[in-house]
Amino acid sequence: MLERVAQPPTRELAEITTRTDTRDYLAHATKQARSYDDYEVIVDIDAHVSESRFWAEICTYIENDVLKQMAEGMMQGAKSGNALLNSASGISFQAVSGRIPHQQNNLEEVEPGAGHGFAQNMRRSMDAMGIDYQVVFPSGMLLLGMHPMHDVELHVSNAFNRWIIERIIPDEPRLLCLLYLPFHSPDLCVQLVEKYAHIPGVIGFSVSCVRNNPVYHPSYMKLYRAVEATGKPLVFHTAYNWTDPSFAQLNRFGAMHALSFSHYNLIHLTNWLFNGLPDRFPKLKVVWIEGGLAWIPYLMQRLDHEILMRPSEAPGLKRLPSEYIREMYFTSQPLERSNIRMLQATMETINAETQLLFASDWPHWDFDPPSAITTLPFLSDTAKRNILGLNAAKLFNLPVKRVRPRAEDVLASRGNLVS
Amino acid sequence: MTEVSAGRVDAFADPGRKVIEVGGIEIGIFQFKGAFTAFENICPHLGGPVCQGLMLPRTVDDVTQDNVNLARSFSKTHHNVICPWHGMEFDISTGEHVTTKTLRLRKVPVRVEDGEVFVTVPDRKHQHVHAWFTGERQRPPRERGTSDRT
Ligand code: FES
Repeated sequence: MLERVAQPPTRELAEITTRTDTRDYLAHATKQARSYDDYEVIVDIDAHVSESRFWAEICTYIENDVLKQMAEGMMQGAKSGNALLNSASGISFQAVSGRIPHQQNNLEEVEPGAGHGFAQNMRRSMDAMGIDYQVVFPSGMLLLGMHPMHDVELHVSNAFNRWIIERIIPDEPRLLCLLYLPFHSPDLCVQLVEKYAHIPGVIGFSVSCVRNNPVYHPSYMKLYRAVEATGKPLVFHTAYNWTDPSFAQLNRFGAMHALSFSHYNLIHLTNWLFNGLPDRFPKLKVVWIEGGLAWIPYLMQRLDHEILMRPSEAPGLKRLPSEYIREMYFTSQPLERSNIRMLQATMETINAETQLLFASDWPHWDFDPPSAITTLPFLSDTAKRNILGLNAAKLFNLPVKRVRPRAEDVLASRGNLVS
Repeated sequence: MTEVSAGRVDAFADPGRKVIEVGGIEIGIFQFKGAFTAFENICPHLGGPVCQGLMLPRTVDDVTQDNVNLARSFSKTHHNVICPWHGMEFDISTGEHVTTKTLRLRKVPVRVEDGEVFVTVPDRKHQHVHAWFTGERQRPPRERGTSDRT
């Protein structure tokens, strides 16, 4: 029965733009967070800074005088930019030409005196999505593995690491770092592992996958041993590369993006297995970040099939590749949810209940809020709690302690609370 | 169910929209070529605020009689709202995703009387803000072509 009553109070909601406050942008995620408000801990293993926004500031941490001057000379006083980087602007169509504002830019107001602007941005995203801890990766810098000037990766990654550890984490200790390793320079990677292993906030070490450095090369063995000795995980973070000749055949960003992310994981994980690295470093915990999940069962089946017929090419393997893969860790985003039965089979295949780690990828265009996991009808309550935080807490030795605000309080702070 | 005013017709651009919240229920009201439609402001993908996104004409392929795709162009007959969370595009006349009819916005009754737009607010304590798309339903056979001319 339709009721005509006096006009109840209505509120107009504005179009979402690059200036929208993150907490308003993600208000629906906060409403969703009410359904997992009692979860012990929520850990997001992969969020990002669009480092070009803070590039002049990050470049002040470059320790090499020549590269530092080059960056300053290229920036000419500008605060944002991509001096020294090989992430060609114009080849990134990530925001679908302005259709996805949070990918395009972040021009929201921050509060003076409330810490670094980026720390505030990320605190808002964690509060809005109901996340306790969040690991921050760079964005364009993930292509540094393809930079022809190897010294740029070395010095720029070091500058980024210092910026996160010295400037950002002190302003928001819920942010964490998987130290970027300049994989072009294996000896320096070892030094960095030894230097940073005990620094608070550094929970492991990361390699950007977009590169042609084979992971089995003898020069990396000291590095794997050093990481293994710390007890902290080694993570491989994939990305895209539209300049690769194979991918340059693809004439749409989405087509390239769909294939390129999994491609680099496929290459490095295959090399990792065929060269018997799991048994050479049995205590080294390995995590594969981004690229979704659908590629993993594909690789398990392909490699098992080949290895059975060609064992002489992989004598270091004592079991089937799929068995090793089931003991590795993967992050969840971007979760392919378009066929729920295939997703269920995938999650069962990779032992998601113990091996899968939630990742949001915020603020990138294909981010997942935690509800991408909580709304899966086939997961048990235990599996959801594990994937959203308990698996990561165990792997990275994080406290199982709630530090996020209650969803209702976040909603109330923005005037979005409705009883 | 409660019917509320969403404002005067002349307050809406064409194409245009207004997104309102009434008692915790968020509704987007759209005008395109003089016709009004309304949908809940919840994206079926992952629950994003779909009606608050950018609006653009639908992008179509310009395929010639010889099946050559010369370029893409903007439709003159279809207009989309684009979810700001991940970019899914929905036709504001039907609420359907432009690629699959299995994915659609929840319709809200809307009517115009004496130059004023009224919407019927669903009677719920909480708006369901979660994803509901699971890909379980069979995708309907695709209509031939997506161009305005087909
Ligand atoms: S929630 Fe709308 S596109 Fe994902």
